[in-house]
Amino acid sequence: MGSVASYFGQLCGGEEKKEEERHLRANDRPFNLSYNYANNAIKTSKYNIFSFLPCNLFEQFRRLANAYFLFLMLLQLIPQVSSLSWFTTAVPLILVLSMTAVKDASDDIVSRNCNLKNKYLNNSVLGQKTEKWKNVQVGDIIKLENNQFVTADLLLLSSSEPLNLCVCVCVCVSCTADANLSLSGEVRCEPPNNRLDKFKGTLTLDGQTYSLDNDKVLLRGCTLRNTEWCFGVVVFGGPDTKLMQNSGKTTFKRTSIDHLMNVLVLCIFGFLASMCTVLAIGNGIWEVREGSVFTVFLPRDEGVNAALSSFLSFWSYVIILNTVVPISLYVSVEIIRLGNSFYIDWDRKMYYPKNDTPAQARTTTLNEELGQIKYIFSDKTGTLTQNIMTFNRCSINGKAYGEQLCLYKNYGTERVDFSWNRLADPKFMFHDYSLVETVREGNLEAQAFFRLLALCHTVMPEEKKEGELYYQAQSPDEGALVTAARNFGFVFRSRTPETITAVEMDRSVTYELLAVLDFNNVRKRMSVIVRSPEGKVTLFCKGADTIIFERLHPSCNKLKEITIGHLNEYAGDGLRTLALAYKDLDERYLEDWKQRHHEASTAMEGREERLDELYEEIEKDLLLLGATAVEDKLQDGVPQTIEQLAKADIKIWVLTGDKQETAENIGYSCNMLREEMRDIFVVAANTAEGPSVIKARAGLFWLQRTETVQDEKVDGDYGLVINGHSLAFALEKNLQMELLRTACMCQTVICCRVTPLQKAQVVQLVKKYKQAVTLAIGDGANDVSMIKAAHIGVGISGQEGMQAVLSSDYSFAQFRYLQRLLLVHGRWSYLRMCKFLRYFFYKNFTFTFVHFWYAFFCGFSAQTVYDEWFITLYNLVYTALPVLGLSLFDQDVNDRWSFQYPQLYTPGQLNLYFSKKAFVRCMLHSCYSSLILFFIPWAAIYDTVRDDGKDIADYQSFALLAQTCLLVVMNVQLCLDTDYWTAVNQFFVWGSLAAYFAVTFTMYSNGMFLIFTSSFPFIGTARNSLNQPNVWLTIFLTSLLCILPVVAFRFILIQLRPTINDKVRKEALPAPTPRRPPARRISTRRSGYAFSHSQGYGDLVTSRKFLQRLPLWSRQAPFTQTDSPLAQNQPQHYRTIAEEPEESQSP
Amino acid sequence: MGRTKKMVKEELANRPDNTAFTQQRLPAWQPMLSAGIVIPGFVIIGLAFIGIGVALFVTSQSIQLLELDYTGVEQTSPCFKCSDPNAKNCMCELTFSTDTLFKGPVFFYYGLSNYFQNYRSYGVSKDDDQLSGNLDNFKSPSDTCAPYEYDRNNKPFVPCGAVANSLFNDTFKLYQIVNGAKKVVPLDGKGISWWTDYNIKYRNPAVTPLKNAFNGTVKPLYWSKPAYELDPSDPANNGFINQDFLVWMRRAALPDFRKLYRRITDGDYAEGLPAGNYSLQIAYNYPVLSFEGRKKVVFSNVSWMGGKNEFLGIAYLVIGSLCVVMSVVMLIVYAKFKFPEEE
Repeated sequence: MGSVASYFGQLCGGEEKKEEERHLRANDRPFNLSYNYANNAIKTSKYNIFSFLPCNLFEQFRRLANAYFLFLMLLQLIPQVSSLSWFTTAVPLILVLSMTAVKDASDDIVSRNCNLKNKYLNNSVLGQKTEKWKNVQVGDIIKLENNQFVTADLLLLSSSEPLNLCVCVCVCVSCTADANLSLSGEVRCEPPNNRLDKFKGTLTLDGQTYSLDNDKVLLRGCTLRNTEWCFGVVVFGGPDTKLMQNSGKTTFKRTSIDHLMNVLVLCIFGFLASMCTVLAIGNGIWEVREGSVFTVFLPRDEGVNAALSSFLSFWSYVIILNTVVPISLYVSVEIIRLGNSFYIDWDRKMYYPKNDTPAQARTTTLNEELGQIKYIFSDKTGTLTQNIMTFNRCSINGKAYGEQLCLYKNYGTERVDFSWNRLADPKFMFHDYSLVETVREGNLEAQAFFRLLALCHTVMPEEKKEGELYYQAQSPDEGALVTAARNFGFVFRSRTPETITAVEMDRSVTYELLAVLDFNNVRKRMSVIVRSPEGKVTLFCKGADTIIFERLHPSCNKLKEITIGHLNEYAGDGLRTLALAYKDLDERYLEDWKQRHHEASTAMEGREERLDELYEEIEKDLLLLGATAVEDKLQDGVPQTIEQLAKADIKIWVLTGDKQETAENIGYSCNMLREEMRDIFVVAANTAEGPSVIKARAGLFWLQRTETVQDEKVDGDYGLVINGHSLAFALEKNLQMELLRTACMCQTVICCRVTPLQKAQVVQLVKKYKQAVTLAIGDGANDVSMIKAAHIGVGISGQEGMQAVLSSDYSFAQFRYLQRLLLVHGRWSYLRMCKFLRYFFYKNFTFTFVHFWYAFFCGFSAQTVYDEWFITLYNLVYTALPVLGLSLFDQDVNDRWSFQYPQLYTPGQLNLYFSKKAFVRCMLHSCYSSLILFFIPWAAIYDTVRDDGKDIADYQSFALLAQTCLLVVMNVQLCLDTDYWTAVNQFFVWGSLAAYFAVTFTMYSNGMFLIFTSSFPFIGTARNSLNQPNVWLTIFLTSLLCILPVVAFRFILIQLRPTINDKVRKEALPAPTPRRPPARRISTRRSGYAFSHSQGYGDLVTSRKFLQRLPLWSRQAPFTQTDSPLAQNQPQHYRTIAEEPEESQSP
Repeated sequence: MGRTKKMVKEELANRPDNTAFTQQRLPAWQPMLSAGIVIPGFVIIGLAFIGIGVALFVTSQSIQLLELDYTGVEQTSPCFKCSDPNAKNCMCELTFSTDTLFKGPVFFYYGLSNYFQNYRSYGVSKDDDQLSGNLDNFKSPSDTCAPYEYDRNNKPFVPCGAVANSLFNDTFKLYQIVNGAKKVVPLDGKGISWWTDYNIKYRNPAVTPLKNAFNGTVKPLYWSKPAYELDPSDPANNGFINQDFLVWMRRAALPDFRKLYRRITDGDYAEGLPAGNYSLQIAYNYPVLSFEGRKKVVFSNVSWMGGKNEFLGIAYLVIGSLCVVMSVVMLIVYAKFKFPEEE
């Protein structure tokens, strides 16, 4: 058996061998294939046509429940034990198996199609052949074109750019396309692993060996940019790629209800065993006392004594009472989840018309968990924000420009017309005309302001056609600022290492670029020194307000005060601010400085420090120009959604790779961090070691003290901002509990500069110790690990990358749909599932317990109470549809009320609707019902007769009476549980009852008996007993006796302890007040500075290399090398400013 | 927006349908357990139950019932002599009297106690095909009939199985004692089984004479006469459609049961049994003492609600009263704990 299982396991699953070293030859397929490396197809389908039936059956019988029913069926083949005909188990089992098989097959087909769709991109493989991605093999040389996705890990050979910046030059100098054909390089490298920052290998070409490192590979998931084409050798394909290796194991997610159900099923097995034991003992006693003397009419079989009889009756009762473990449970659960998933797919309110993206339930097995979410982990960029920066407001020389009102709604003020400016970006929007006028009037400060923006940056211009300018900005902030300057008439047009050409109010001016004082995270500012055509040398500086203000000339004090006022306002609105300043330089001083700068930059020791000193020296006594405020545009409805979710008692943690300032800013603009919070703890160490961590640790311990004092309840709101390095420290074993406790006490937790791995770690931490249901939402490849780690992963679809969506369980286009997914779909799914389970267990227990009671009256002989056909059809036909109707259509309150009272969500978080307690209550209820359902008919027909004196106390009539009572009671109970009566529900309930009577009368008819004599022995029973008034009076009595106590109990419960649902249903709560617009906030204690810029670009723009239009793909991430090398290759794309101008007008 | 309609259509190709079903907006009735429904509901149900209960109880009370145990356990019992298992063809006589007219039609039942006709292996021990006249099953009965499938000589039992084998074989004659003389009370044994049993479920094979169908078979072990000679007085009442056989084959649901033996509908007794003394002559054949079973005869008349059963009437009365009480309790609770509107 074991070997068969392992054989099937191999056939259906498959194992892989460990790889030591990867060895491949370029374009030598036979050689490479000999190693059996994974090709680029990522296989998600499980079966093929031939393996489907055996594999699927194998899979299905691995399920405990199905195996159990198979065992039961085998048991029924033993005549001494068989208490039921074989079909009572076989029919349901076959039905269940075939339904599951159909579902599995359709799932498999869907995933296969999905796979095809994703992989259908064509790619050129050298040899003039075009191949589908999935057919690409390790060692193939591939040509990629601009803006194409890289879908395998490639070793870069050459690109269209003549001088390759980051490509192993030695190889490519001689590489023309022709040469590539005959290229016979041999690559040896490390086996597949998940380290994104490391690649080690060697390339042997013409006898020479070159070492390869991380700079020379292109990873799957990136997009090719800034080059027409490039060639690469596939090193890792499909599942071996670093991205796939890094995306974590795809674990089969199961809901907490699944786990609970498994526990319950085990309990039920135990319960079944104990019931059977009781009955078997009863049988033994009966055999000794009665059976041994009843032998006159029922002689014993040879050699059967009381003990053996009791043993056999144990198994007979296992067969009869098997309905406590309902076979159709799993199938019904799957159907319900599938249905509720379809509702998500179909929901128009989660459909985003802008890019035609409907919401999608990619997993159909997790629905009810959506109603139990306690923690949400959200990515920032692309999830909370649109990743679009807009130049929103500015303060020039003490005067504020830009919108004053309606932060989120742009209508009301007219869009500024920039048509006077030939080079203006048509997508740029601004709503304050006075600024344009000021600039055009020739206001010197305003002009200097925009001149600074046009000159002080590291943006690369691209002008394909005359007048059509494109900016390649390293950070979206810069892009926004330079574009703003462009529209206000200071157009940055082109640059060389020594010059910057700008068009200032239609006049082309070329500045000589003397120095770029580059940005870094400590300096928090950047400066350029330029010489104007007139020969004036000026230093332009932009940077964090706090930093700039320290370096201002005392004469600016007054202006500084005013500007600080403006900055506070901007910060309060969550805008990202930069202060701008300039300084005219003395030529002679500059010469001297330049000399020293040159010395410093060529110094072998202490270069950084010396340069910093020099920068410090020149960047002082600056003259303030003003400040800019850039809006990191939130997605629509983000603050409202967060507010709603917070009301539903869901905690939201933001995990982002961005900088602390940026993250904090978003925290404020989403209303997650608020000025009125008691305190916001910032734990931000810069390196993984050193004193700052100790400080951070001290901070944590301090926090811990406050926590132990005030325990779980803290008065006042706290916020926690923690960065990646501190997090790495805090995630260590001994500190993680403190971190968790602290974080859980805070209203808001923001983790910034975290790596994808850390995101997953945080999620796992909460998952492990809080026993709460978590949800992770993100859009990028760096969120994949977190999405997979959380109980439920949600991907934002419709963006460029698909990785997050592909590994997610649910996907939709906008963050704001999350509230509908949780508060409406999740809540309903949970409610429905719980109602279903409660009802289902109730229905089956009641059904089964009646047999138990009857055992005491039939000598424990495993005589069933009901007709065998009724037993067969009870779960499958008579009661299947009404409960499905309940669990597909039921709503306690409609979606509008669900939104208005997010508190309705909390019962799900607390597991109130279905738990072990609820299950026990279910059992007690069934116990009561079954007592009624057995003893009332028993007493009612005891020694009685029909109205014509004939028999009615016979077994068949009693069976019919008992089963009719049961079915009526079950239907009435279902009616009682149904809150939302659609026509379908009515149809199912009445239809089921009608079907019961129709089927019963048919099966008990003459015709059926004449055709299948031995299968339908109940002939005539229905006719003879259902025309008796006392039979109907009994049915009526049992039904009411089962239902009325429940009604009374529920009614009194509603009066005594109304739940929030009862209140809302009664609409006794006052209608909620309309939402007030958020009050205007003025920040008093923090800087709104945020600038997602990284170091190193200053050198680039002044070096000659940039002429080659640097390939940005490997430097696009918001992480810098030093901060989180893990993320370097992550595909993160910044769009240039205001790509979608309609965006802000969406409803 | 400036787009043509067609373009919009194309662009929104993935937009879900706007139907009440997909958007979960199906019109629905949302009943609630409000005080206005529940409390009056309980009152109405309670009153209705009390009404039904009274009717049932009165009806049940009006039914006359006479039970006579003749097992012969007690020494005083006239049938004590027959309780000896060795006694063959034992007859005993039971006398009883009625003070008033026992209203007709009177039904004459025999009752058995502690008799497990509902024991599973007993109940399945029969062959429906054989009993519906299938001659193949005469030759080879279904193996469900075990242990009464074949006799020692490997000849098939017809009818086979434990149920048929254990056919109740006590017979009764009822006399009214008028002025010391015995006057026979005619007993009607026609149509005492279900119509469907007599006409459809049980059929004799289409062989005449019936006896020939039973060639090569043996009568059940406990039977004194073969199936085709069960009722010598009426040739149509033989084989599998013998009324007593049919009544017996409809096995009881519970270990204490009664089965219809005869009806008293003819002659002087069509109006019922007049007050007076009666004598019941019993041919005591059926052994029940070995398993502490009891045998009795029951005379009863019926009403629209069937035989005498006080349970239903009492249950309706009790539950009806409880409903009324409950409604009062709920009213009090409702009045006391009504939703505080201001919350």
